[in-house]
Amino acid sequence: MPQVLILGNRQKEMSQPSSPYSNYIIQAEPTLHNPDNLKAGEMLLNMGPQHPSTHGVLRLEVITDGEIITDVVPHIGYLHRCFEKHAETRAYNLTIPFVDRMDYLAAMNSEHVWAMGVEKMLGIDGQLPRRVEFIRVLVAELNRIASHFLAIGTYAIDIGAYTPFLWMLRDREHIQRLLEWVSGARMLYNYIWIGGLYYDLPIGFEERCREFIDYLQPKLDEFEDILLKNKIFIDRTANIGVLPLNVAINYGCSGPMLRGSGLKFDLRRVDGYSVYPELEFDIPVGQGIMGTTGDCWDRNYIRALECRESSKIIRQCLDHLETDCKRTPDFDPQAMCPKKIRPKEQELYFRAETPRGELGYFFRATGKSDIPFRCKGRSPCFSNLSVLHEISRGCMVADMIAIVGSVDIVLGELDR
Amino acid sequence: MSYNEIKELIIARFGTEIITGENTQNPQPFLIIKTERLADVCQELFSNPQTYFDYLACITGLDNGPEAGTLEVIYNLYSIPYDHHLTLKVVTERLTPTGTLPDVPTVTHIWRTADWHEREAYDLVGINFTNHPDLRRILCAHDWEGHPLRRDYEWPEYYHGLKVRYDNHNEVNGFKGEYFKTFES
Repeated sequence: MPQVLILGNRQKEMSQPSSPYSNYIIQAEPTLHNPDNLKAGEMLLNMGPQHPSTHGVLRLEVITDGEIITDVVPHIGYLHRCFEKHAETRAYNLTIPFVDRMDYLAAMNSEHVWAMGVEKMLGIDGQLPRRVEFIRVLVAELNRIASHFLAIGTYAIDIGAYTPFLWMLRDREHIQRLLEWVSGARMLYNYIWIGGLYYDLPIGFEERCREFIDYLQPKLDEFEDILLKNKIFIDRTANIGVLPLNVAINYGCSGPMLRGSGLKFDLRRVDGYSVYPELEFDIPVGQGIMGTTGDCWDRNYIRALECRESSKIIRQCLDHLETDCKRTPDFDPQAMCPKKIRPKEQELYFRAETPRGELGYFFRATGKSDIPFRCKGRSPCFSNLSVLHEISRGCMVADMIAIVGSVDIVLGELDR
Repeated sequence: MSYNEIKELIIARFGTEIITGENTQNPQPFLIIKTERLADVCQELFSNPQTYFDYLACITGLDNGPEAGTLEVIYNLYSIPYDHHLTLKVVTERLTPTGTLPDVPTVTHIWRTADWHEREAYDLVGINFTNHPDLRRILCAHDWEGHPLRRDYEWPEYYHGLKVRYDNHNEVNGFKGEYFKTFES
């Protein structure tokens, strides 16, 4: 459980050079609330940055009244790696590995967004070979399943269920091996290039992938039975952290957070980029089956349903890849890759759906350089986490763990 | 609504002088709004039932460099029910004559998304959002000096006794300027 931060006068005493404790605590990290100004009975707790339930290096400053939370202040930036500063010094294609390391659980999706954004600036979007587009969607959806598995699995750990985590990581491992076969890397792929792909799919991949999807179907039912329909899980998550729709929109939430609150909004459908308009899939929305619409259970159920939809998409992509977009000996996935990436002078905000929501990149190209003048990453977790204080006020400390987990943050993307 | 209709609507409501510039050649056309009136325009766009921009997707702070001497803040708005986009922009000087950070009105009271995005723009680009409820650094450490995405930013030598650039690997090991020779025009 959270460690208690040094309180009030004790903190001052400990940070005095003459104090016997001064060797231990020189300087505490700053807090928004002053411990001296708290109301009677309130306590300032510090969670993180190294806390297993914060999914990375997130520090939460929690004000509690007994067991009830009165305020939460997230302190982020512990994983800030200056992505935007780096992106201003590298050509567009050299930034793709950095993009991977932003959302390290869904690197294919991030790459896909980046590549599509730059292609749009170059004006070659929609001209790529269809086989390239289907492979991109295929690997992105595989990665989406892997990401959702980790999200649900670690969420189960957060609230005390260990077995589903192991089961989900076992099946995520299959996806990672498939993607390793494709790209050579387990998590950080650099596979989707601007204007194409690094390589074509390896021979035999389509069959193995289809085998995996067939294997996955019963497993998805199993996960639902063991975890999501479990009485203990429902008791821990239903009616907890209810996020009303208007609050979600006002805070810029996206992805499963927004859909969990009951809005049928998926950029794959709304913007219809790549080959998504040709594919058939549903957009699951939260209906409050176990509690109120927009609670933690809904958000996780959406993720579970999205895995089913993604496997539907993967099947359709495989159908296309085995029939009308068949592998041919002379197919070169790098054929469309521009040797020199120099977009015309323009500004572009490009957005697309990743497992966590709307990932957007803002580019400013000067037209005289291969390097973006400014590149901003709008990460979905950044906006999703900012709603935390709104939905965890008034709940128990243990429920806040459940709420933080249900937001599904990846700190690499949040801090950039 | 199309871009032109939204522009007409803003002009009808606030007069022509509120728009100080625009670019329709850009793939996503944008309007440049007078900095002091930004919050009013945003409030109108948010609450007018014809536009109803309920989703603020992104706020980008941008430094044009000491030669140009301007900073830009770019707002990407989106309306979920109508599915239309709008890009607003404000341009301000890099530093006020007294040497403080330039002021831009906050839109936090309209879209709460702006809260963290404005904090980020303050942290990295150095823009003072007036009336922001809680303008602190968000990504850099609380006692970091300077604003890293400014063009004239210089890295500190030391931070709490730690050398910031502890290794000039690239210079020593043969990458000296190689990259820029290859890619920059």
